[in-house]
Amino acid sequence: MKRFKGFIKKEFYHIFRDRRSLFILFGMPIAQILLFGFAITNEINNVDIAVLDHSKDATTEEIINKISDSKYFSVKQMVDREADIASVFKKGEVKAVLNFEKDFSKNLMKDHKATVQIITDATDPNTANTISNYLNAILQKYQKELNKDITIAYQIVPQTRMVYNPELKSVYMFVPGVMTIILMLVSAMMTSISITREKELGTMEILLVSPLKPIQVIIGKVFPYIFLSIINAVVIVLLSIFIFKMPVQGSLFLLGLESILFIISALALGILISTISATQQTAMMISLMGLMLPVILLSGFIFPITSMPLPLQMISNIIPAKWFIIIIKGIMLKGVGLQYIWKETLILLGMTVFFIALSVKKYKIRLE
Amino acid sequence: MSNEKVIQVEGLTKMFGDFTAVNDITFEVNKGEIFGFLGANGAGKTTAMKMLIGISKPTSGKAKVAGFDVFKHAEDIKKNIGYMSQKFALYDDLTVKENITFFGGIYGLPRKRIKEKSNVLIEELGLEQVANKLVGSLPLGWKQKLSFSVSLLHDPKIVFLDEPTGGVDPITRRQFWEMIYKAANNGTTVFVTTHYMDEAEYCDRVSIMVNGKIEALDTPKKLKEQFKVANMNDVFLKLARG
Amino acid sequence: MSISISNISKSYKKAKALQDISFDVKPGELFGLIGPDGAGKTTLFRVLTTLLIANEGNATVAGFDVVDDYKSIRKNVGYMPGKFSLYQDLTVEENLKFFATIFGTTIEENYDLIKEIYVQIEPFKDRRAGKLSGGMKQKLALCCALIHKPKVLFLDEPTTGVDPVSRKEFWDMLKRLQQKHITILVSTPYMDEAALCDRIALIQDGKILEIDSPEAIVKNYTKQIYNVRANNMYLLINSLKEYEYNHSVYPFGEFVHYTNSRTDFNPENLKVFLESKSLIDIEIKKTVATIEDTFMELAK
Repeated sequence: MKRFKGFIKKEFYHIFRDRRSLFILFGMPIAQILLFGFAITNEINNVDIAVLDHSKDATTEEIINKISDSKYFSVKQMVDREADIASVFKKGEVKAVLNFEKDFSKNLMKDHKATVQIITDATDPNTANTISNYLNAILQKYQKELNKDITIAYQIVPQTRMVYNPELKSVYMFVPGVMTIILMLVSAMMTSISITREKELGTMEILLVSPLKPIQVIIGKVFPYIFLSIINAVVIVLLSIFIFKMPVQGSLFLLGLESILFIISALALGILISTISATQQTAMMISLMGLMLPVILLSGFIFPITSMPLPLQMISNIIPAKWFIIIIKGIMLKGVGLQYIWKETLILLGMTVFFIALSVKKYKIRLE
Repeated sequence: MSNEKVIQVEGLTKMFGDFTAVNDITFEVNKGEIFGFLGANGAGKTTAMKMLIGISKPTSGKAKVAGFDVFKHAEDIKKNIGYMSQKFALYDDLTVKENITFFGGIYGLPRKRIKEKSNVLIEELGLEQVANKLVGSLPLGWKQKLSFSVSLLHDPKIVFLDEPTGGVDPITRRQFWEMIYKAANNGTTVFVTTHYMDEAEYCDRVSIMVNGKIEALDTPKKLKEQFKVANMNDVFLKLARG
Repeated sequence: MSISISNISKSYKKAKALQDISFDVKPGELFGLIGPDGAGKTTLFRVLTTLLIANEGNATVAGFDVVDDYKSIRKNVGYMPGKFSLYQDLTVEENLKFFATIFGTTIEENYDLIKEIYVQIEPFKDRRAGKLSGGMKQKLALCCALIHKPKVLFLDEPTTGVDPVSRKEFWDMLKRLQQKHITILVSTPYMDEAALCDRIALIQDGKILEIDSPEAIVKNYTKQIYNVRANNMYLLINSLKEYEYNHSVYPFGEFVHYTNSRTDFNPENLKVFLESKSLIDIEIKKTVATIEDTFMELAK
């Protein structure tokens, strides 16, 4: 036990004396969560639009005012002719153009139906889609106001309803993903690097030629990272609660347990990587290409798994991060308990046991 | 050996913060001379050498290498010298021929000349069988000999060798020194550091650095007389132990 | 026997690193493995320290088999790998403490063993190992390898890249350790260090060239060596190589070591020949062989 304690003490010396790894450990989670929370987002803010108003009546003016009053849009310019729309887009000054038909107000009163065309710049399809949704929502809201005092409904607009994230806050979607990435990064990459560093330095030879058992070396190497990963998970959750006002619906205790399970599976992967790589550089490359990319691309964090081609959907099943994201999304956003996520938990547990068994088997008591 | 000076150093000093790594050293090296540059680990050899090859700026003093000032014309110095160190010599993942072509290329030799040179060089070193093999697969001794030849590709006035023979077997080590003699005989100045004291005896003149200063500089014979000892190893021990 | 090696062979993918190596090291002996880089020294050390398994043959260290009893060996040997494997970001004292703990001991327990060496680096005990000079790193690495009072000490090229002063001090330390009944197997590429060992094995290309005491090895050198000197070394070497009866010509310090293939060699003839090559100040004297001469003769 004393040997083991001495070993762990040494690991902490390494971590705290290496500024680079300290930065990765504590700077990255904060930077990533802020980056995803503020900069990279699906929300729109102050988008410039143009209006072509063939009608120029009280109703269109009111609608235009409603739109420019919202924080999402600002009406940048008025266009006079249809022919000018193309040139406005080409200049890239606006992202959307609202085209009110002639006699908008009159049509609405007379036929209970008026048309406004929403033209969006779809070079960035995601943004275009969001913009059109937001514009629709504003129109719909206005229409509701009109309908209050009148018995017959005026118009049909497609109804969209957002569940679980009614405000469409993308940060809510990103927190589980970022947490997964960070835990993966800290656990798998940092352990594999710290083990291969000993190989590079030659100190691994001395550790092998010592009475320390291989299992003691492994546990001694990963223990500090379990500890640090937990701290990271806590930091991320706190950041999302206090900075992004994201409510955690489910049990924090369950969230903690599931996170520890995921951390252990990532650590086992880290050990596995270290057994097949001889240098820190290789370990880093394998961690990045073999773990980070799948986590980002195939875990459903950014791209929905259901819209992937079937082969990729199948591959996504063997990625532990996919299951972990489902689990924590469930706990954090839907507030579900273990009864809804036991299947995913079991899969993750199975993977963890498999990785640990494999890495213990692969760990060499000799140099080759 | 002629009296033409190819290295002139006067009061050369290098400080790192408060620490004086090289302290006011002064010496000259003649054309075609084999100059041994000795010193204990950390005595300042490497720092001094880095200043002479133009990759580290001196704090004060004067130095001219191959006729160029180390302060003003470091780039010209680099064109006129060859450099070989034990740590970095050749690319292990390139073949013998590719290495020669690459290094010939970075010194701006014309294609035709590189081809001629590489054929001559491969023949001289007896590397015909392995010319298209990766350098990484060659024994250390061969690599070092090849590396030395490559550093001479562009006919430099001076060649700097930083512990060129570390770990090499005794026979190859001697073949290496025969190559050094040959280069010196052709008028190339050889500036060499080594930990093998018998190799210090091969040099025309030897300087010994202790704590950033040159404490002794003369022919091996005269140094032995001066310190009244039988070999260079004892000269070194006497000096470095103070 | 402290170390007993019989018919050990080891190959990597294509290269034969060790070929049929056999020798014994007696308890308390200072045994040197002398050979250049790539001779197979490190591979042999790794086989003996249980880090590699040989393809053929067997070996015991401190009475334990290197394959079956590897755990016992790991408790009883000290090992200093080729490049002073220390934790660069830990201080001198932290390194030593760490190695003491993993071997289940403390610095105090075996302090008398390392005291003489440790006092030299103690003034720097709060300095990080990465900032030490080569000589100091070497001393610290030795302390770390000794801290659990091993029965057998393996030192793989402990003096490579270290200056002559530190090298001399290091060998003095080994001599003193030997008096404390520790068996030492040390490897080195420096031939002049061979004379400091009780017995040596000359090794090249994975094969043992000869095993004996340094004195006996030198005695076994049958040819008469001549120290030859003249005014121009380069010309001298080339001329000697042209001389039709030359057996070997090796620069050796300020002289050239020359041997002749004839038994009735007369130095005067050689002198005349050299003079014909316009060399002056020619000196030809008999000298005795060194380990290096023997090595080169055997490796030729």
